[in-house]
Amino acid sequence: MTDLLLIIVSAALVNNFVLVQFLGLCPFLGVSSRIDGALGMSFATTFVLTLSSVVAYLLQSLLLVPLDAMWLRTLAFIVAIAVAVQFTELAVKKASPLLHSVLGIYLPLITTNCAVLGVALLNTNRAHTLVESVFYGIGAASGFSLVLILFAGVRERLQLADIPETFQGPSIALITAGFMALAFMGFSGMIRP
Amino acid sequence: MKLTTVWLNGLWDRNPGLIQLLGLCPLLGVSNTIDKAIGLGLATLFVLVMSNASISLIRHLVDEAIRLPSFVLVISALTTSAELLMQAFHYPLYQSLGIFVPLIVTNCLILGRAESLARREPLLISTMDGLAQGLGFFFVLVSLGAIREWVSDIIILATLPAGAFIILGMLVALHQVIQKLLKRFRSNTKSDSKRRRVRTTGEIS
Repeated sequence: MTDLLLIIVSAALVNNFVLVQFLGLCPFLGVSSRIDGALGMSFATTFVLTLSSVVAYLLQSLLLVPLDAMWLRTLAFIVAIAVAVQFTELAVKKASPLLHSVLGIYLPLITTNCAVLGVALLNTNRAHTLVESVFYGIGAASGFSLVLILFAGVRERLQLADIPETFQGPSIALITAGFMALAFMGFSGMIRP
Repeated sequence: MKLTTVWLNGLWDRNPGLIQLLGLCPLLGVSNTIDKAIGLGLATLFVLVMSNASISLIRHLVDEAIRLPSFVLVISALTTSAELLMQAFHYPLYQSLGIFVPLIVTNCLILGRAESLARREPLLISTMDGLAQGLGFFFVLVSLGAIREWVSDIIILATLPAGAFIILGMLVALHQVIQKLLKRFRSNTKSDSKRRRVRTTGEIS
């Protein structure tokens, strides 16, 4: 049990996917200008990330390893993720049209979120079991959501701040992300990787 | 679309690394040493040129509705070949780059170029655009790698993730400054020529 807890804490805080491993930066900078957009994106990503880490695990252990075709994993995983995204979109549309209208625009973007493919690849690299894969996915997703929402909050306040003209726009956003990464380094003393 | 604008856009005006901010994950993730930066920059350039060329070739065959999945399949097939080539010829580099080689698939720059340009333009322009955008990305990646490697002797922050964000932010700001100076220079020369024009009718827009 402690092992699983450690996996979550390690993926969410110590080796945070966005600020330490540089995965999923496109949505991190793209949809973080408002908090409600960031919330929608993090719900959608959490769901797809957990689902796709399970699907990728099954694909790998049932298909790629028996057929000795591990070199096809990039292709297989990206197809699996695209299917998972499409499936999520259909399911959400059927179950709750209201939620679909909120999350709809974020769902297609998740296919090219490298955190999702990154989790699937890291799971195979580290030879995680099915349960570990799921927990790693949950940890990665909660780390991504935490950082995305925090960053959106900071950026909302940045709009009111008096920024030098040169640094306005993406420049100050990147520097702010740098300071957040500096703050997240504080977690690295918690667990030995 | 003219070839000069394609080159200008890729290398400076709409540079993928500094203006469009696409493909940031590899840009920040592998720029801690210059070797890794060059390796991944070349791999991305290869995939981008080939994917732009092949998507431009199949642009009449692909239906609107299924275009994104088919582009992703083309890109992932090319990435897998880049991965295999790198494994065969440069295994130490492949190991040090880690998951960033397969992650070329999800580089938003590549799908972005396919979606916004290669599916409409003929082969020559698409290939040139891939080359220009890829080189623009390559130069930013390599200069970030060089800065981080050289500065790391003096400031340890530069090797850390936080340093990568801050240095890229500084580079974006530098690009903005130069762009603004260029614009002022251009508008100065333009307004000089305007002043000399004789006003004959109502308003000049």
